[in-house]
Amino acid sequence: MKRGSPTRQRLTALCLFGIPLLTYPILGLPGGTLADIPVVVLYLFGVWGGLILLAARVAERRSK
Amino acid sequence: MLSGWFIVLLSATYIGVLFAVARFGDARADAGRSIISANVYALSLAVYCTSWTFFGSVGRATSGGLSFLTIYLGPTLMLLCVGVIVKMIRIAKAQRITSIADFIASRYGKSQLLAGLVTVIAVIGIVPYIALQLKAVAASLDVLFDQPGHAIHLWGIDSTLLVAAVLALFTILFGTRHLDATERHEGMVAAVAFESVVKLVAFIAVGVFVTYGMFDGFSDLFRRAAAHPELAGLLELDASRAGTWAAMILLSALAIVFLPRQFQVMVVENVDESHLKRAVWLFPLYLLLINIFVLPVALGGLMHFSGQGANPDTFVLTLPLSQGAESLALFVFIGGLSAATGMVIVETIALSTMICNDLVMPALLRSTWLKMEKRGDLSGLLIGIRRVAIVLILLLGYVYFKAAGEAYALVGIGLISFAAVAQFAPALFGGMYWKQATRAGALAGLLAGFSVWLYTLLLPSFARSGWIGSGFVEHGLFGIEWLRAQALFGLTGLDEISHCLWWSMLANIGAYVVVSLSTVPDALEAGQAERFVDVFRHAQRAPDARLWRGNASLKELVDLLERFLGPARARQQLAAYARSRGQRDWHGLPPDAEFVHFAEGELAGAIGSASARAMVSSVTREEDLGLEEVLDILDEATQVRAYSRELEAKQQALEVATGELREANERLRELDRMKDDFISTVTHELRTPLTSIRALSEMLHEDPKLELEERRRFLGIIVSETERLTRLINQILDMAKLESGRAEWTTADVDVSEVVRESMNALEQLFHEKGVHLDSDLADRLPPVQADRDRLTQVVVNLLSNAVKFVPGGGKGRVRVGVSADEKAVRVTVADNGPGLTAEECGVIFEKFRQGGNTMTDKPQGTGLGLPISRQIVEYFGGKLWVESAPGAGATFIFTVPLPGPEA
Repeated sequence: MKRGSPTRQRLTALCLFGIPLLTYPILGLPGGTLADIPVVVLYLFGVWGGLILLAARVAERRSK
Repeated sequence: MLSGWFIVLLSATYIGVLFAVARFGDARADAGRSIISANVYALSLAVYCTSWTFFGSVGRATSGGLSFLTIYLGPTLMLLCVGVIVKMIRIAKAQRITSIADFIASRYGKSQLLAGLVTVIAVIGIVPYIALQLKAVAASLDVLFDQPGHAIHLWGIDSTLLVAAVLALFTILFGTRHLDATERHEGMVAAVAFESVVKLVAFIAVGVFVTYGMFDGFSDLFRRAAAHPELAGLLELDASRAGTWAAMILLSALAIVFLPRQFQVMVVENVDESHLKRAVWLFPLYLLLINIFVLPVALGGLMHFSGQGANPDTFVLTLPLSQGAESLALFVFIGGLSAATGMVIVETIALSTMICNDLVMPALLRSTWLKMEKRGDLSGLLIGIRRVAIVLILLLGYVYFKAAGEAYALVGIGLISFAAVAQFAPALFGGMYWKQATRAGALAGLLAGFSVWLYTLLLPSFARSGWIGSGFVEHGLFGIEWLRAQALFGLTGLDEISHCLWWSMLANIGAYVVVSLSTVPDALEAGQAERFVDVFRHAQRAPDARLWRGNASLKELVDLLERFLGPARARQQLAAYARSRGQRDWHGLPPDAEFVHFAEGELAGAIGSASARAMVSSVTREEDLGLEEVLDILDEATQVRAYSRELEAKQQALEVATGELREANERLRELDRMKDDFISTVTHELRTPLTSIRALSEMLHEDPKLELEERRRFLGIIVSETERLTRLINQILDMAKLESGRAEWTTADVDVSEVVRESMNALEQLFHEKGVHLDSDLADRLPPVQADRDRLTQVVVNLLSNAVKFVPGGGKGRVRVGVSADEKAVRVTVADNGPGLTAEECGVIFEKFRQGGNTMTDKPQGTGLGLPISRQIVEYFGGKLWVESAPGAGATFIFTVPLPGPEA
């Protein structure tokens, strides 16, 4: 049986980590504004960008 | 100046550029230097962002706030499940898959029926999506032409129909230029990637214009929006819609794989699996960038056009125009055109391939017409069918737009399509991971899910626009309250998309699982199930070819290839195949199972696996293997793999064991050698005193006249030599006792300082004789340790006599003894200024029969047992004995004896 590559497993872990962060009930937590921008907007884009950043680090480290 | 003709010219120029890019891509592919890099692949996935994203997201944001983001979060999460996508790509390559219909049909025994059903669902499901693009482009044209002084005469034709016609023509020219009907289109992928860049730049441009041109940055924009009470709801999430939020993420996660165009670019057009590693983050990054300005543009539009009733779906155009930024508006128009054309091209090419391979070809194959045309080259016919299919799809899109398009915003139309393609999920994912899934199960699941979708989503969309009666939506079919289309069985409180997704998935998965479990797959299905589920374990060709048995003729198969691929391409592929089998000329190839497999694979690339199988069986006489035999062959392959794995594991275990044995053997040899050394040492040691005892005794015996003085001297020597012998034998016995654990110990409270003092006194004479200084630094009133007093004395005496042996004599030798204690242990050090030890020697001197100095040249200075015995004694008390030394710097032997714990 071929074992799954560590890169794939790490990325899948990121996905499983992202699901609760991007759905309710955690999504209901951020509120208010920061520099007049609603915190929930910053939160969504922040988590999203964070996932992309981590995915890039995981994926590109192995390919070199 | 903006004029209608200028806009037409600009659009034509842009499309010309796209053609150039596509042609360049195709030329490079033909030359074997593909331009499809990881970045191009990732950007081509952005064909996901259509007019929906470009125009519709802003419209969605004006009514649903942040919920537009779910459509992009789902794909982000889905792409992270790289394993699933890699498996899909691997299967598609191994099976020469041309479309998602082909994929599903191929898994369930290359079923033409299933392929046809998937195609029908895909076409009907995607039609609203096509309509969305037409509507968006038409609306953007209307906005541009509605400007005063730019009224354009549309020759009395509906502008939407005009757009549809232009797009159809464009797609035909673009996607079906080649006469070779293979599954890959590198030029198209390159053009789509190019378009992706254009639409991203265009959208960001208008976003920056609104946010920083019309407003003073994000903070200013959000502050001013917050001042409008009617906009406040858009800036926060509505927790009561948590279910919808999750449903949208799920829906979009499925859509990124199952939309025919996404399957096309992600799976079919993939040239290298490693490209996914880039796509996994670059594509989500693209999605993030194109969404940053959606909310600002929506809010800006709402504030700017407050109360004017402007269409929010066209804010990206109307906002720049309201500020007189006509060039920007044109650029945005081109971006929107990019978004629409990219989608329409890829989607219609994917759908037309499906229609051609899975609907039209099977019908033609059944009819007698094709048999009469048997001699001709059919690759032209294939292209013709696809072109007609493209026109039909766009026409259907137009019809849907006319029937239902006006009742929905852009995103609402798109979501209907998403829910349709989500129906493929159970059959496709199940097929990849569940061997028991059967064709009947897949058919049942798809039919059930599709029917629910039709009833709860598509028909109500017609009803909403008044095209059909809305009785079944309001009062239920036949007036039965439970059958209300958007509140099935009384399920209310959900939006229509979640409602449909919930019921259709329940019906789909339920039917799929129940029917799969209660039916038995036939031989072909079982074989395909094995190849799909275990794609990573199957070697390239070996088991595939064995699953076919029968008679075939080379000529007939070659004819078949020439008819469908065209003669030139067929010969090219045949030559390549002959080379791979080590033959110079394909005419000499045997028409065996492997060749049939090759021919079927090539045909599958052109006309889909189901049709290819039908064609191949029409010219070969295949023996029916039967389910049992297929399973046997597959089992055999599985068993062989299992055995080889077992063998591998055993071999590894064997290697480990061999290694251990070798080590043990080495150790034994070493011990044996040391024993030999020891015996020669002991013999030597024993013989020296024995020789002198014997010589002196003989002299005493043979010469009775020896003087008394002389006799006394001789007897003195005999006594001391005997003592030496006794000591040696005692030590050997002592060692043997310690090692076997039979030594007797009497443990009591012992004052270590006192023991050291007594030992020094006992050896004082020895030190004095050799002229060695003996200093001491003994701490007083040390706590007593638990030890055997005599044994401890033995250790100290041994260390002291060792020291005196190795230091230089004649007043230069110096030995220093110290006793100290901390809270854990008492520590005794014996330091000398002898020659010292190398790092290696520091270790070996504690081994039995090893001695300081070179045993080969020097006379042995001890028995080689003193230190090992000492170490055993100290370790018995729970302490440690070691040496710190460097060559020329003397040696310090240290041992510790632990103090009893406070509770002991």
